[in-house]
This record gives sequence, structure tokens and C-alpha cells, in this order.
Amino acid sequence: MATDIIIHDKKDNVGVVVIEKITPKQDCACWIMEDDSSTNIQSLDEIPLGHKIAMVDLNEGDTILKYGHDIGKVVKSIKKGEHVHVHNVKTKKW
Amino acid sequence: MFTFTMLKQRNGSFMEIPKSFLGYKRENGRAGTRNHVIILPVDDISNACAEAVANNIKGTIALPHSYGRLQFGADLELHFRTMIGTGCNPNVAAVIVIGIEPKWTKKIVDGIAKTGKPVEGFHIERTGDIGTTMNASKKAQEFVMWASEKQREECPMSDLWISVKCGESDTTSGLAANPTVGNLMDKLEPLGVHLCFGETSELTGAEQVCATRGATKEASEKFMKTWSSYNDFILKEATDDLSESQPTAGNIAGGLTTIEEKAFGNFQKIGNCKFIDVLEPAEEPTKGKGLYFMDTSSAAAECVTLQAAAGFNIHLFPTGQGNIVGNPIEPVVKLTANPLTVKGMGEHIDCDVSKILSREMNLSQAGDELIKTTLRVANGRLTCAEALGHREFVMTKLYRSA
Repeated sequence: MATDIIIHDKKDNVGVVVIEKITPKQDCACWIMEDDSSTNIQSLDEIPLGHKIAMVDLNEGDTILKYGHDIGKVVKSIKKGEHVHVHNVKTKKW
Repeated sequence: MFTFTMLKQRNGSFMEIPKSFLGYKRENGRAGTRNHVIILPVDDISNACAEAVANNIKGTIALPHSYGRLQFGADLELHFRTMIGTGCNPNVAAVIVIGIEPKWTKKIVDGIAKTGKPVEGFHIERTGDIGTTMNASKKAQEFVMWASEKQREECPMSDLWISVKCGESDTTSGLAANPTVGNLMDKLEPLGVHLCFGETSELTGAEQVCATRGATKEASEKFMKTWSSYNDFILKEATDDLSESQPTAGNIAGGLTTIEEKAFGNFQKIGNCKFIDVLEPAEEPTKGKGLYFMDTSSAAAECVTLQAAAGFNIHLFPTGQGNIVGNPIEPVVKLTANPLTVKGMGEHIDCDVSKILSREMNLSQAGDELIKTTLRVANGRLTCAEALGHREFVMTKLYRSA
């Protein structure tokens, strides 16, 4: 089965694009590895391979979860389906 | 922790894991995957002589580096530990040591001689480069011709000492390439292999979770002490923060956003194993089989050089965007799950696990593929990095010299 996006853990609020790129308004098939389940999402942005997509709406200050763990905070609100990267997420370390 | 459903359903390997490989048995009971005769300069100014010897005598390799003068304290100890450890590595059959003066040269020769392998030291003062090159070349010729008759013999899997380190990571590393290494660890650990992971800095963000993977309370505490000491150093030296360095530009291009994300991806390399001890840089493990954490830099060549100096005889290197590192004595096996990396720079990739991303391959199958590749390399197949001439030998320097 074709997979466009892989999500590590059920708790995660982001997924990772695993095809060369997804384009705006693309209906994407998602595979949640932890429990081998599937879901869908419509993208809002063009997102390249290896980059993250928001699986839910995220507000400034929210925590990004990947591998089921805290990987940083939202610094600019993100809509479900948008590209998640250094322009809207920062480390909590420094 | 996150576990893979496929692995649990299938309960491990699809193939029968071989119980042995073909290696070179050494005088001290260890086994090598390679049979190098090395020309080891004690210090930077002896590089020219060491390289001249390696040029004269075919089949030897010189290991030039940038340090070894006026170092002191812990930094000097690390220098000696790396030099001696490199000579002691079972992938090395015999060693020529060349230094500017006799005292430090002898210290390294004596350290290597404890393994029982042939080793001889030469110093340049009073003789000069040309005379030393001639004397050392005669001995190097003797060593390389002796070593060339060594045959590979059947060795148990437990003679494999496997080190791991990832580089130019991207999100495909955390999704697939690193968990593939973790799957290999889960399958080979019960066979009694030694395993080692490092990269103190790149566990930042996952340090608390990593600490829980100590096999004992002592191991966990030692890990937190090591990580905290590193973090204190960063906080003291940093002019702003590490955002410009961690994640790297390559990581960010690959989709990694924060150091925490990188750390949790990195951490997938150890599978479900627990580490039994924490090693100083280049320190040889002494607690027997199992997984060790080594305090290392996250720079690829530095890290692999330290792990080789600790006695590890084969290295697994998952990459995302395509790090191309090699090591002169420890073969570096590269794997990637990034199809663009396979397409664009396939000559650097020993094991392609990109089919995990398209769900055409599961993690256990990928782990099996990596075990097969690792054994072929252990048996003598050249790695991509070896064929391409990557011999990065990089000493770790702790602070400025006197």
C-alpha cells in the first residue's frame, strides 16, 4: 500500500513525508508505525521528503511530539496540514 | 519506548543468523576483520617520514594526524590512549611507530607490544627523515610480507566488536536507518558481541530517556555525569547557543528541526539494548560482551577514530543526506533509508534500506539485510568508503597545548 506520510507514535502531532514531495491540497495516506494503523490528511503546503506536516492545529507555545517525545515548542501557530520546521518550531534547550 | 509492530508480530529475524565469520586471529585472542600494517606517527612533524615509509612499502598505510606535541594532562593521556589503542586494534597486524624523539615513541611501542603483535619504534632526532625512512622502511617491508601470509579463519560472532555512529542525519535516519541498526543490535547482542554508541552532544534532548537505558544504576548515573559535564562545557563556551551547529545545515535541509528531534532519532540506533558501562574516549571496554556508551564528539571522523582505538573492529554508519566518512583501520559500513541519497550518491551506500519508507520492507527484514552486509564486510568485502579511499584518522583534542 502506498504511504505518503509516516507517523512514529500514536501520540505524535506531526508526521514525516516519505515521498519525494507532497503538494498543496494533496490527500495523503499516513501510516502510524506504533500500532500499524492508517489515517489520512490533506496538505496545505508543498512539503519535501523528510520534512514534517502538522497532523492537528497547533498554537504558539504548544509542544511538538515525535517518537512520543517532546522535540520542541511552536513559536508561530500552525494549521493542520502545514509544513512544520525551523520557521515555526524551536528547541526548548536554549 | 516506541517499538515496531512488525518486529513483535514476526518475533525477530526472517533468516537464520550465522554463528561465525572469517577473521584474522591475533596473538592476544582478539580477531580482526582486516589485516593492516600501519605506519603510526607519534606527532605532527613525523607525518612526512611516516608517509614516505608507506610510499616505499606497498600494502602499508600511514596514519598522519595533526597533534602530539606539547600536550599535557588529560589531553595527553587521550593522545596516548588513541595512539596505543589504534596500534592494538585487532584489524592491525603489525605497527611501525615513528616519532621525533625516543621517549614518547617508546611509550607507544610498549603499549602496543602488550598485545603480542610485531611493533617497532623509530625516532627522527639525530638521524633525520631520510635515514629514519630507510630504517623504518626495512622493518615495514619485513612486517608487511609477514602479515601477507596471514589467513582468515573461522571466528565466532562474539569476536565482532561493532561500533555505531550516525551522520548527516535527516528524518529518514530516525524513521528507518537508525532503527535498522537498532534491530541488528537486538539480534546480535544475544550472540555475545561487543557494541558501542557515542555522540554525547547529539543525545542532548533525549538525555533523560537515554539515562533510563543504563543496565545498572551505576551505568545510568555515569551517563548523566558524562552528559552533564559535556553540557556544562557547552554552556560555558557557547557564544550564543548551538542553533547554528545543532542541527547542522544538512540536518535542517533533510527536515530535522530541533536537537531534541535529532537526539530521539539518533537514539533509535541502540534498539532495545541497555548499556552496561560508560567509556572514556578511546577507552577499551572491560566488562565483557554487551552495549557500551562512549563519551565522544559527534563529528564522524573523531568519533569513529575513538571507537577504533577502543578496539572495535567493524563500524555501522547510518546516514540520511549522505555522510561519506571512512576510517583507515575500522571498515565503515554505510546504510541509508533516503531514496534520494541512494539515487544521487549510491557509490557511498553499502546497504540500502529505503524500501522501509514505501512499506516494501519491514524493519526486521532491513535488520537482516544489514546483518548480511556486515558479515560480508567482516569476511573481507571492501566497504564503499574503503574502495573510495576514505581514511579519515582524526584525533580528539580536549584543549590547547602548553
